[in-house]
Amino acid sequence: MSSLDTNETLRDLHSAATSHRGDRVFNRVITGAAFTSLIVLAGIAIFLGLQAIPAFQSQGLAFLTTTAWDINTDPPTAGIWGMLYGSVLLAVIALVIAVPASILLSVFMVFLAPPKIAKILTNLVDLMAAIPSVILGLWAFYILNPPAEEWQQLLNQYLGWIPIFENASGNFLGTPFIAGFVLAIMMIPIVTSVTREVLGRTPPELINAAESLGCSLWTMLRYVALPYGRGGIVGGVMLGLGRALGETIAVFFVLKLVYDTNWYKVIESGGGSVATLIVSRFGEVTGPFELQLLLAAGFFLFLGTLVVNMIANLIVSRTGRLQK
Amino acid sequence: MSTAEFESVQTLEEQMVESAAPRDLAMDARNLSVWFGKRKVLEGVNIAFPERTCTALIGPSGCGKSTFIRTLNRLHELIPGAALAGSVLYEGKDIYDADVDPVHIRLKIGMVFQKPNPFPSMTIRGNVMSGLKLSGMKRDDHDAIVESTLTSAGLWNEVKDRLDHAAGDLSGGQQQRLVIARALAVEPNVLLMDEPCSALDPASTLKIEETIRELSKNVTIIIVTHNMQQAVRVSDNTAFFLAAENEPGHVVEQGLTTEIFSNPKDQRTLDYVNGRFG
Ligand SMILES: Nc1ncnc2c1ncn2[C@@H]1O[C@H](COP(=O)(O)OP(=O)(O)O)[C@@H](O)[C@H]1O
Ligand SMILES: [Mg+2]
Repeated sequence: MSSLDTNETLRDLHSAATSHRGDRVFNRVITGAAFTSLIVLAGIAIFLGLQAIPAFQSQGLAFLTTTAWDINTDPPTAGIWGMLYGSVLLAVIALVIAVPASILLSVFMVFLAPPKIAKILTNLVDLMAAIPSVILGLWAFYILNPPAEEWQQLLNQYLGWIPIFENASGNFLGTPFIAGFVLAIMMIPIVTSVTREVLGRTPPELINAAESLGCSLWTMLRYVALPYGRGGIVGGVMLGLGRALGETIAVFFVLKLVYDTNWYKVIESGGGSVATLIVSRFGEVTGPFELQLLLAAGFFLFLGTLVVNMIANLIVSRTGRLQK
Repeated sequence: MSTAEFESVQTLEEQMVESAAPRDLAMDARNLSVWFGKRKVLEGVNIAFPERTCTALIGPSGCGKSTFIRTLNRLHELIPGAALAGSVLYEGKDIYDADVDPVHIRLKIGMVFQKPNPFPSMTIRGNVMSGLKLSGMKRDDHDAIVESTLTSAGLWNEVKDRLDHAAGDLSGGQQQRLVIARALAVEPNVLLMDEPCSALDPASTLKIEETIRELSKNVTIIIVTHNMQQAVRVSDNTAFFLAAENEPGHVVEQGLTTEIFSNPKDQRTLDYVNGRFG
C-alpha cells in the first residue's frame, strides 16, 4: 500500500494467489453472481433508456416538467411531472402512516406483548405481506372506500383550515389519502417484520444498562434500542418504500388518475402515479409512439427508485455517527 | 481476631434485632425469598449492608447471587413471572412499598454488570452523562461531572484527551471503568457489582479493585465475585450463598471477610473458600 511509509518490502497478503483454493473458487462464484445481478439491472436500464429516447426527443425536457397526456393531437404532447410528483406524494403519505404504525407494532411485539400474543401477531403480520396487491386493491375499493370517505370528511370538517386538508369538490373518493393508506397497508408488514427483528436483537446488556439507569421503556427505546437498530429500520422502510413506489394495481383501484398536478390536497379527489399511469394506458395504447412514451415514464420511475435507494444507503451509512 | 472487633460484630447484630431502621445501614434485606415463575430460587435471605463498606457475595454458580442483587435495585421485577417476599430496606424504608418510585431506587442504587456495557453509539463523555440524560436529570456542570466520575473510576488519565471518541474503542477493562463512571454520575449511594471483573484481564482487574477500595470510602458497595482473593482484597464483609440441588439458595454464613476466610464456622464455607467445590 502506497500509504505505508516504509523501506521494507511488503509481503503480498491480499491477492488471490496466496489464498486457499476453495476460497478462491467460492469468491469467484459469489463475485459472478453479484455481477450478474448488476448486469440484469443495467440491462433493464439500457432497454428502458433506449426506448425512452424517441419520446424524449419529441417532448424534450417538458416530458419531465409538464403534465399532459394528449396523444391524439398533432403533435402529441405528453408530460409526466404530475405523475412523478404524485408517486412521491403517495409514498410520503404511506410513510407517514406506515412508519409510526410499524414501529409501535414492533415495540409492542418485542417489549410488551406476552410471548404467545407476540407470536400470533408475527404470523398475522407475515400473512398480511402475502396478500396479493390486486386483492388488496379490490378490498380497498369495496370495503375501505366507504369508511375512508367518512374519515376524510371528518378531517376536512375539523382540520380543513390546514391547507393539506382542503377539499373544494366535496368528492372524497379517489384521493391521494386513500391510495397512500392502501400503500401503507402494503408497507406495514415489510417494515414491521424488519423492525421487529432489529429491535429483538438489541443486546440484552444494553437493555440492562438502560434499566439500571432507571430508564422508562420510552427512554430505553429512544436512546438505546432505536439508535442501535436505526440502520436496519431505515433499510426496512426503504424496502417497503420500493414496493410503494412501484405499486400499480392496488393504486389503480382507488386513485382517480388526473393529468394535472395535485400539489398538496391529500383528501381531494384526483392525483397521479407513474406506475398507475402506465397500467391504465397500457391496455388501450394507441400506437407505438404512446408505448414509447410509457416506457420512457417507466425509465424515470426506475431512476426514481434508484435515487430513493441511494438516499437510503446514505442514511444507513450516516447512522454510525456518535451521540455526544 | 481481637475482642474489640468481635464486639463490633455483636453490636451490629444486636442493632439489626433491636432497631427497625438503624441509621448506619445503607441497605438491609430481610427474610427475602425470590421466585422465577413457580420456581423458588432464594429463601429467607437476611443480610445487612453497613454504610460505606464493601460486602462480597460469594457462592457457586446458580445459587442466586445475581438474582439477589437484582432485587436490591428492583431490576428483578422486570423479568416476566418474577415474584418476591420479604423486604429490602434502603435508608430505613422498604423499597417495595407502593409509594416508592423504582426509577428513583435504580438511580440511588447503581449497578455494574459482568459484561462491560457502555452504549456503543455514544461517545465516552456521552456515556458518562447518559444516566443523567436518560433519567431526565438536569445538571449544568457537565465537564466537572465527567472529570470527577472518570477520576473516581480510575479512567480519567487514560481518556481525558479523547472524550469525544466512541466508547466502543476502549479496551474491556477501560469500558468497565467507564461503566462505573456512568453509574457514579447519577450520584448513587449504593453500587451493586455483579462479577465486574470476570470478563477482564488481571491488570484491568487490579485497577478495578483499586477503584472499588477507593469508592467504598464514600459509597456502599455490594459485589458478587467468584474470585476468592478479590473478595479478601476488596471487601469488609462477606456472605456465602449456597443452593442444594433443586432447592432455593440461602445464606450459609456471613460476617467479617477476615472471619469467613480464616475461621469459618460452617464446614461448607471452609470447603468453598478453599476451592474444594464450586
Ligand atoms: N430470568 C430467569 N428466568 C428463570 N430462571 C432464572 C432466571 N435467571 C436466573 N434463573 C435461575 O435462578 C437461579 C439463580 O440464578 P443466578 O441468580 O443467576 O445465580 P448466580 O448469579 O449465583 O450464578 C438459577 O437456577 C437460574 O437458573
Ligand atoms: Mg450470576
